[in-house]
Amino acid sequence: MSKNLLFLSTRKGLILYRKSSDSWNYHSTHFPGIPVTLSYIDKQTDTWWACLDHGHWGIKLHKSIDQGNNWEEVEAPKYPEGLEVKEGVPAINKYIWAFTNGGSAQNEKLLIGTIPGGLFSSMDNGKSFQLNEALWNHPSRKEHWFGGGFDHPGIHSIVVDPRDSNHYYIGISCAGVFETKDNGQNWIVRNQGLRADFLPDPYTEVGHDPHLLLACPAVPEVMWQQNHCGVFRSTDGAKTWEDVSQKEGPANFGFTIAVHEKNPEQAWVIPGISDVIRTPIDQSLVVCRTSDGGKNWEEQRNGLPQKTSFDIVYRHALDISGNTLAFGTTTGNLFLSENLGDHWTCINHYLPMVHAVRFAQV
Amino acid sequence: MPTIQFTYALKRFYPGIDKLEVQAANVGEVVDLVEQHYPGLKAYLVDDQGSLRKHVNIFVDGSLIKDRIELMDAVHENSEVYIMQALSGG
Repeated sequence: MSKNLLFLSTRKGLILYRKSSDSWNYHSTHFPGIPVTLSYIDKQTDTWWACLDHGHWGIKLHKSIDQGNNWEEVEAPKYPEGLEVKEGVPAINKYIWAFTNGGSAQNEKLLIGTIPGGLFSSMDNGKSFQLNEALWNHPSRKEHWFGGGFDHPGIHSIVVDPRDSNHYYIGISCAGVFETKDNGQNWIVRNQGLRADFLPDPYTEVGHDPHLLLACPAVPEVMWQQNHCGVFRSTDGAKTWEDVSQKEGPANFGFTIAVHEKNPEQAWVIPGISDVIRTPIDQSLVVCRTSDGGKNWEEQRNGLPQKTSFDIVYRHALDISGNTLAFGTTTGNLFLSENLGDHWTCINHYLPMVHAVRFAQV
Repeated sequence: MPTIQFTYALKRFYPGIDKLEVQAANVGEVVDLVEQHYPGLKAYLVDDQGSLRKHVNIFVDGSLIKDRIELMDAVHENSEVYIMQALSGG
């Protein structure tokens, strides 16, 4: 069954769209006026989650067990007393940047990635959280992790192996990709083949900037990342990465990426000019699709603004469900395609800045 | 006993929030006692390490507290404590 709800986490609330017959229509707004950084619809527990960033009052976590009719605030993950990011810098949870169920084998397990770089887990569906100490104490953290865009490093991606809940990957900006095979007790650095052009040694072991890390759900050893320094793909579960950026074309710098749910060869990115000019190339919004594992990229512009676009798409603001893709932009546009990006329709021009977009079936 | 008053902005999250009287000798004790009356409110005022959030201000008898880290500013028998948010955005 195709997914019929679209969750937009925006600077002014959580906004839902619902598909009825052939069209997507506005459904509801939750937390009006409050920045929602991420939402997550947990099929395992039938729980909706919303991550809020109040600014004045800190980050908050809310959950709903009745499909958004009522929301309850639960205590957000906190860094234990006395912990420091670096010497003299207290560890404070500044941002929830990744949120996922821990896998079908452990229904009530949650994994949460944060700025400044801590991974939290809950074994009781969010009643309590524990900091992953093995990762926090990783010898690379204090010296080789650093902030990219934020003051401190952050975990924005968590990819759980659908075949083994104890096996998962995280993406950290800036540190790179880390893998655990034993439910977070030990961590392996998985940055071989990546390039960090912003460092004196671009081939450093740790210090890379994957903007978003994904695996193909049907073939999870095939992984993709939109990195600060291009698009990279792995066919061996992140042991090695290959640069599949388009050398003379737009598919290069960007934040987000989507991977086809069944076809590990097919992926989409939404590029900007570069890290120093964060606008679409020639002010023309383009989605780039590859259907051969990144060997070739085709430009998808049909239905997208081609003259005066300043839209950038944040890392969590593109999603795919079947043949349907949707993305929201920094300038408040929501675009949707029902045919794998061949044609796009603007659903709304007047949204707040969109932080994240997720499909769900309700 | 010292009286504690709250910014109207907190009413959105705690609709019943109202003036309190608590037996406290310093701001840290005030925050802990406020938490007893309004569970969860402490996390709105202080961060993971217990320091006052950057955009929260606490006034004791008209003066902004000096110790935002340990919250050791003294509170007296007849003190008036105001828990406010910093203004931002003009």
